[in-house]
Amino acid sequence: MTFDINVILDQLPAITSGAGVTILIWIVGTIAAAILGFFVAVGRRFGGAMLNKALFLIVAVLRGTPFLIQIFLVYYGGPFIGLSLDPLPAGLIGISIYGAAYYSEIFRSGFMAVPKGHIEAGECVGLTQGQIIRRILLPEMTMLVLPPSLNMAVLLMKETAVLSIITVPELTATLSAIGAQQYAFVEALSVLALFYWVLVEITGRLGRLVETKLTRFRFFNA
Amino acid sequence: MSLPAIAVRNLVKTFGDTTVLQNIDIEIPQGQVSCLIGPSGSGKSTLLRCMAFLEEATSGTITVNGEVLGFTENAQGMRERIAPAANRAIRAQIGMVFQQFNLWPHMTALGNVSEALKTVHKMSRKDAEERAMAQLVKVGLESRAGHYPSQLSGGQQQRVAIARALALKPKIMLFDEPTSSLDPELTGEVLNVMRDLAAEGMTMVVVSHEIGFAATVGQQIAFLDHGRIVFTGPPQEVFRKPRNARLEQFLDTYLDRGASMLL
Repeated sequence: MTFDINVILDQLPAITSGAGVTILIWIVGTIAAAILGFFVAVGRRFGGAMLNKALFLIVAVLRGTPFLIQIFLVYYGGPFIGLSLDPLPAGLIGISIYGAAYYSEIFRSGFMAVPKGHIEAGECVGLTQGQIIRRILLPEMTMLVLPPSLNMAVLLMKETAVLSIITVPELTATLSAIGAQQYAFVEALSVLALFYWVLVEITGRLGRLVETKLTRFRFFNA
Repeated sequence: MSLPAIAVRNLVKTFGDTTVLQNIDIEIPQGQVSCLIGPSGSGKSTLLRCMAFLEEATSGTITVNGEVLGFTENAQGMRERIAPAANRAIRAQIGMVFQQFNLWPHMTALGNVSEALKTVHKMSRKDAEERAMAQLVKVGLESRAGHYPSQLSGGQQQRVAIARALALKPKIMLFDEPTSSLDPELTGEVLNVMRDLAAEGMTMVVVSHEIGFAATVGQQIAFLDHGRIVFTGPPQEVFRKPRNARLEQFLDTYLDRGASMLL
């Protein structure tokens, strides 16, 4: 048995398509998760005790169960409640909801980390509640949550591989199939691992770039 | 006798079971510097924060230039919250300076000072920044206008915070331990700005451990202990011949450090 990478590279069009689906799911899913998570966090902070409790419960369940099981439930369980979805939309919805649970926690901790005094300073110069949220709370929170948000994006990217289980034609599904057809599992999985790693590295570098730009905003003198 | 800038009547503040302020009565005279001194936990900061409406008094009233802050009495004699907009109008007479500066880290010095002018007073960016710049000149920081808070020293941050409050042309300035998180050198530059302000006749209420400042700039000194005002009077009376045992004990530590020389 020899390690022959050409077996894989011959299938470049299929691989490119798979990579495209992975990147699409990742980017759309992450953005949807972040937006949904933001509204959950806002609901928990400003929506009263009842809403806070209800959302807390949902987030706890989503964070406390494996993504694999959640995605099975969306895809195979959906038809029981009249929700028959194709693999791709099912996968997108699954990853958005799963990610939203984590993003809501990131944003919630961001809200809590804004010093109370900064809000009080806003009150003292006459800003209304709405102005304080828009001009102080949200910008400061955004700075605080950027590093953990990018980290979460990286984690979500790796979770997209799970969607191969429900036959979403993303990169893991594509390369697994090629590996099986050509009997070249090691080659296929190596290319797969390399692809994810490169994508993670690029994201990480972008993240560090953003963080460097933000250091002048850091809260206290070192 | 003119109307006091702030009149506190029978003020009580409790946090749960703990009474932090008990039946406080004090008048802050117009155009004078009043200093609240006392040991940690005596309630002096809480009293100041009540004047800024950052804490709501449990009972009693605070009147700012004749207007009652925060609450009104209804026909049944019950206390009712007044509308936020009306309360903001009363609070607009007051400027507040915090121990932790509380500058907004995502705005430059100029941005911090001009923010409320733009957002609250709807001034154009140009006019707001012009007025903000004039305030920064006043605290000696025109060269730091484009700096973010993290790029400024503690003393500079506090001077920006003072400029931010002054830009709104308040009638009364409240200072909550403005130099307590600064080293002695930086403390000096902040106290100088405050001295200038006092010389201009600004009504000031200062919570501070800077007994030297209180002795030289203060015109009324109130000594608090365990949530009560133990003694009020001009600095000569307070520092030269303290007639109160607790006050004497409190001042001993400071007078040892040379504050008596200033009198």
